[in-house]
Formats: sequence, C-alpha cells, structure tokens
Amino acid sequence: MQVLLDNFGSILDGFLMTLLLLVCGGLGAIVIGLITATMRISPVASLRAFATGYTELIRNIPLVMVFIFMVFVLPLIAPNKPPYVVLAMIALAVYTSPFVAEALRSGINGVPVGQAEAARSVGLTFGQTLTIIVLPQALRMVVPPLINVFIALTKNTSVAGGFFIVELFATARALTNSHGNAVISILIGIAICYLVITVPLGLIAGRIEKKVRVLR
Amino acid sequence: MTAQASVLYDAPGPKARQRSILISIIGIVAIALLLGWVILRLAQPQIAVNGNETPGMFDPSRWDIWTYTGVWATIGNGVIATLQAAVIAIVGALIVGMLFAFGRLADTAWIRVPVTVILEFFRGMPVLLMMLFILLVASTSSFWAVVLALTIYNGAIIGEALRAGIVSLNKGQREAGLSIGLSVTRTRLLIEFPQAFTQMLPIIIAQSVVLLKDTSLGYIVAYAELASQVKNIGAFFGNRYMFSGWVVAVVIYLAINLTVSWIGRRTARVVAAKKA
Repeated sequence: MQVLLDNFGSILDGFLMTLLLLVCGGLGAIVIGLITATMRISPVASLRAFATGYTELIRNIPLVMVFIFMVFVLPLIAPNKPPYVVLAMIALAVYTSPFVAEALRSGINGVPVGQAEAARSVGLTFGQTLTIIVLPQALRMVVPPLINVFIALTKNTSVAGGFFIVELFATARALTNSHGNAVISILIGIAICYLVITVPLGLIAGRIEKKVRVLR
Repeated sequence: MTAQASVLYDAPGPKARQRSILISIIGIVAIALLLGWVILRLAQPQIAVNGNETPGMFDPSRWDIWTYTGVWATIGNGVIATLQAAVIAIVGALIVGMLFAFGRLADTAWIRVPVTVILEFFRGMPVLLMMLFILLVASTSSFWAVVLALTIYNGAIIGEALRAGIVSLNKGQREAGLSIGLSVTRTRLLIEFPQAFTQMLPIIIAQSVVLLKDTSLGYIVAYAELASQVKNIGAFFGNRYMFSGWVVAVVIYLAINLTVSWIGRRTARVVAAKKA
C-alpha cells in the first residue's frame, strides 16, 4: 500500500497516458471505422469489397504485429518518423477501426427493412428516411456495442507499454522491478486504475441499452 | 439478400447500375494506384536522416535469410509455441468458462456474488497485466504466464457467453429435466449446458481467434512465440530483416486466423440450420 502512495505521481502519469491513448486511439478508430462502415453499406460493389477486405485483414492480425510494424518496420520505410506516442495511437486506431466499423454496420443493417419501406411509402425522401427514421434507430443500437469496443481498446492500450510508451502497464512493470516485495499491492492498484475506466463504461453501456432500446 | 441487401437503398435500376460500375472502376483504379504507390515507395532505396542509403524493402539483401532452413525452423518453433499456448488456453478457458457460468447461475448467493465480482475483475483488466501478475506472483515460466492469463481472461468471457446461452433457453427445458426426477445439477449438466454450448459455439470459436491473436502478447513477456521469434531473427541477423520477418509472420497469422474464422462462420451456419 505504501508503495502505491509513494509512487502516486508516476501512477497518475501512467493513468493519464493510458487515457490519452484511449481518447486519441478511439477518435482515430471512429474516423477510420466510419469511413469503412460507409463504404461497406454503400451501393457500389467495389467499395464494399475493399472495405470487407480491409476489415477481414486487420481483424485477423494481432495487435502486437501492428505495433511491431508501426515501431520497427515503419522507420525503415519513412526516415523521419513521428514520436512513439503518435505511432502507438495510430496502431491502436488502425487495430480498433474494423471493430468500430462492424458495430456501426450491424446497427444500420439491424434496422428492419420495413422501417425504410414505410418511410418511403409515406413519401419521405432518401435524406429524410435516413435522418429521421433509420439513423436514430441505428444509433441507439450502436452505442452499447461501440462502448464495448472502447472497453476492449482501454485494455489494449496496455500493449503500448511493451513498445517504449510509459503508460499504466509500463508503470506497473517499472514499479514491480524496483519494489519486488510489494508486487501484489502494485498489481492490484494498477488493475483498479484500469477498472476505474472499464467498469463505468460497462455500466453506461448497460444503462443506455436499457434506456434507449427500441421495443419491437 | 439478393435485391434488398440493405435498408438504405433500393435495388439498383439500369441508371444506378451504370453509375455503380463507373464508381467501381474509379474506385479500383484509385486503390490500385494507392497500392502501387506504396509498393513503389517500399521498393525504393531508403535514405536515412544522416544520409546513409539502405536498399529498398524488396531488395534481395532484405530477403536472403529466407533461403536458410534454420530461419524457417525458428519460425516453425514460433508457430508451434503459438499454437501450443493457444490450444491449452482454449481448453482451459472452456473449463473455467463452464465453472464461471455455473457459479454465476448458482442458487446460493454465497457462490453467486463472489463469482460475479471475480469475473468482473478479470474481465475488466488487461490480459497483459494478468500475465505480468502471474509471472511475478506465481513466478512461473513465461509459457504458463501466457497460458494461465489467457485461460482466465477468456474463461471469463466464454463464461458470460455460456451463461447467456443457458438463460436464453426455453424454461420448459429445465422444468422437463426436473420433472423426470433429475437433480438441479444434472439438469444443468445434461440438458441445459449442451444446448447452450451448441448455440454459443460460433461465439466460442470467434473468441478462439481473439485468444490466438492474444498469444502474441507473449512477445512482451518474453515467451518465444511467433512474434518474438521475428524479433529474435531481427536481432540476430540485423534490423534490415525486420520487414521481411514481419511480412512472413503476418502471413502466417492471417493464414491461421482466417482458417479458424472460416470454421467459425461455417459452424454458425450449421447451428443456425439445425435450429431452423
């Protein structure tokens, strides 16, 4: 316990770095995922095929390999590489984007065809159908799985700790190295830091799921 | 799925089809140009900040180690280590998941509440931290750290899936079991669990892909699986082989994971067909 209090500063730094990775990686993933999802539901076959290929490819590559590419392989390709933090954010964003895209797509495809048909049959235009009928229903269904994706992302930020980034996991490793006698309390303390992020997110997801569920 | 694949647009008419073909052609050309540019960029000699020139990524000097059988043996060992950890962890995760599912469904609060708390704890923390935890607290080899952490973490997730499967069963299944004189435990084991398991099989297989990918975290806790072996090759033969090593490893990972994903999709179809 004393170790945790003594090193409160470095744990807080690690926590903030984890949060930074989560927020930036998450935003990047939303942008890429939105583009991929749009391509995947577009009427144009080639765009659909490209998005499907991208999704399948990235989803089946381990996060560690994405990190190895960003940290070790990319510098061989691009001589002036950005700092490691930015590389880690890109790696997390790219790795998470297919999961975001799948969540978005399943939400939009989950709206029954009859809803759009009914909207069109009462004379709404394509834009109106999309913004008034389909998207509001889709977004409600999308939020809980999307939050689950971000919970997974929170846990995945720990991989960055293995690649020169000092976030919570790296802090834990450094602390356990220097305080070998207090390993259990350090690890429980760090685990609680992660739970501080993931458990509330999970609760919010459950709440939203109950509150905005479309009754059918 | 033929004409009305999406809610967002009508089945395309002749005009829309023409437009779609046009956009397709433009899209394919754009993607081909992008890929071509990336390949060209990779193939060019690299000039570092200090003016040193290193050969491009497709230069033979970056690929020549792949003619040595020793290098392939190293990679092979990595693949075997990856699969070993994955298979043991999957079997373990199934057993742990079953225990978690039954624990959370137990009638006595003394079992249900602690199991729920433990499960939420394991589900909310990173696998990597758990590996470090096991490595330091139980002071095991890195192999067991990887396997045990993956077992517990994925056990928690599979446990939730199994529980959802049992809860979603028709109530009559349980009542029928009890009414023919089976005990509560036997009803759960003989009637409810097998049905929940088949129903959740696609999810369990999908989770196996996640588990397989997560074995690569062994890279960080120094377990000699596929990703680590690539690093070792880079360290031993020189950094210029990092790229080719990475390509080989990614291709192997894709081959394994896509196969498992494909099995998962097939199983999902079979399960759905059986249910219908």
